[in-house]
Amino acid sequence: MSDSAPILDVRALYKSFGHLEVLKGIDLQVKPRELVFVIGPSGSGKSTLLRCCNRLEEPNSGSIRIEDIDILAPGVDINAVRRRIGMVFQSFNLYPHLNALGNVTLALRKVEGKTREEAESLGIQALTRVGLAEKAKSFPNELSGGQQQRVAIARALALEPVIVLFDEPTSALDPELVGSVLSVMRELRESGMTMVVVSHEMRFAQSAADRVIFMDDGRILEQGPPEQLFNAPDHPRIQEFLRTIQAH
Amino acid sequence: MLDRLVDTFFNWQVMSEYLPKIVEGFVITIQLALAVVVSGIACGLVLAMVRSFRMRPVNFLIIGVVDVLRALPPLVIIIMFYFALPTVGIKMSAFVATWLALSLVLAAFSEEIFWAGILAVPKGQWEAARSTGLTFLQTLRFVVMPQAVRITIPPLTNRTIAITKGTALGAVVAVGEILYQAQTAYSFSYNPSPLTMGAIAYLILFIPVVYFGRWVETRFAWKR
Ligand SMILES: Nc1ncnc2c1ncn2[C@@H]1O[C@H](COP(=O)(O)OP(=O)(O)OP(=O)(O)O)[C@@H](O)[C@H]1O
Ligand SMILES: [Mg+2]
Repeated sequence: MSDSAPILDVRALYKSFGHLEVLKGIDLQVKPRELVFVIGPSGSGKSTLLRCCNRLEEPNSGSIRIEDIDILAPGVDINAVRRRIGMVFQSFNLYPHLNALGNVTLALRKVEGKTREEAESLGIQALTRVGLAEKAKSFPNELSGGQQQRVAIARALALEPVIVLFDEPTSALDPELVGSVLSVMRELRESGMTMVVVSHEMRFAQSAADRVIFMDDGRILEQGPPEQLFNAPDHPRIQEFLRTIQAH
Repeated sequence: MLDRLVDTFFNWQVMSEYLPKIVEGFVITIQLALAVVVSGIACGLVLAMVRSFRMRPVNFLIIGVVDVLRALPPLVIIIMFYFALPTVGIKMSAFVATWLALSLVLAAFSEEIFWAGILAVPKGQWEAARSTGLTFLQTLRFVVMPQAVRITIPPLTNRTIAITKGTALGAVVAVGEILYQAQTAYSFSYNPSPLTMGAIAYLILFIPVVYFGRWVETRFAWKR
């Protein structure tokens, strides 16, 4: 990895829900074209970390920069910032009243102010990238889970984000549909997209991640290249966690 | 025996004499009903959208007013507007009093229905939309409301039919709608045939609406 400036730069991030402290000082830098993989037990704060990065949750303290923008600064145009950060959810969250193309083009038209023609041509491009151009007119309830998730990825990509955050993108899928989504993510990575992926797909991490981060109880317990973290972690806690994951 | 029945309830002479009056009432009922539907539902929709901003004091106010309007019998509101408000210097015609009262009642009920619809849209829809840079209002307008309205249509249709039938309450304050015309004609003619005509006029008006409501219900039951 080059030592170029990070795309995402999180420093001393704290977040509480009421009295429950969920993030206890997270530091995380993600460089351009890097794929950072985040694992950790349920409740360790993985989703909360991602959601703070586009301010779906408001952190209590710390700083988050996307490229050169301090996204927590007062007066920052958060909607402009969010355009540059793609987010993919476990439950897809496609808009059920719009077809695939409508899902992909809504923000292009309403946020970026593109005409219908411009938006649709970009939308078709994005759907082509995830291999679903021929499903442009299909509604979410006419698509398989894997196809829905790929449309959701296309929706994020259409805005040409500088980074995409994935929160357990394959956890809600039947096992035979997981592969199609992972292969789209792999292609995305090969095209040079910067990505942060929360997932339990260890095989994908082995082959695609530059770095794996293990979160535990609101902190980053350990991080390193996948070979190291999976085969020779410093913390027995991580070995234990990996065993429980492999048990499924 | 049958003759007397026909003569009493379907007296041709009385009916033809008062038909123009009933038609007049029919037109006024339609005007009143349409005005109530449009302003009541529009107002309810706006209130529900305002409520979705979740500003505490505003929402307390909305909930309070809505609950009062849902609790009061509509006739009580009509009579207060028409007889009580003039004592503090606010005067309105019987038509306006009835329209305003029924609109407020429909607004209150439809606000609750729309609000339930908004709440039924999963949180993930908001988050997905906001994560692509849509503003709160854009998300409400392009993502949440289209889904909320679809859930809302069957209960809203039923409630609207029920409240629109309340236009007959206008007879109490002498709005010249169907029931008022029929009653007046009855008291002049000493023959209930005009009441029969009134009932028929209501059927002509509301049976299509009831069918429409049923159609809407089946149409939106299977979608989604
Ligand atoms: N909106 C919220 N309000 C209150 N508590 C919350 C909220 N969101 C998350 N939490 C709590 O914060 C903690 C961390 O949640 P988070 O979803 O970030 O964990 P996670 O690592 O993503 O877990 P999982 O693997 O189960 O998805 C949990 O204890 C959760 O109950
Ligand atoms: Mg999570």
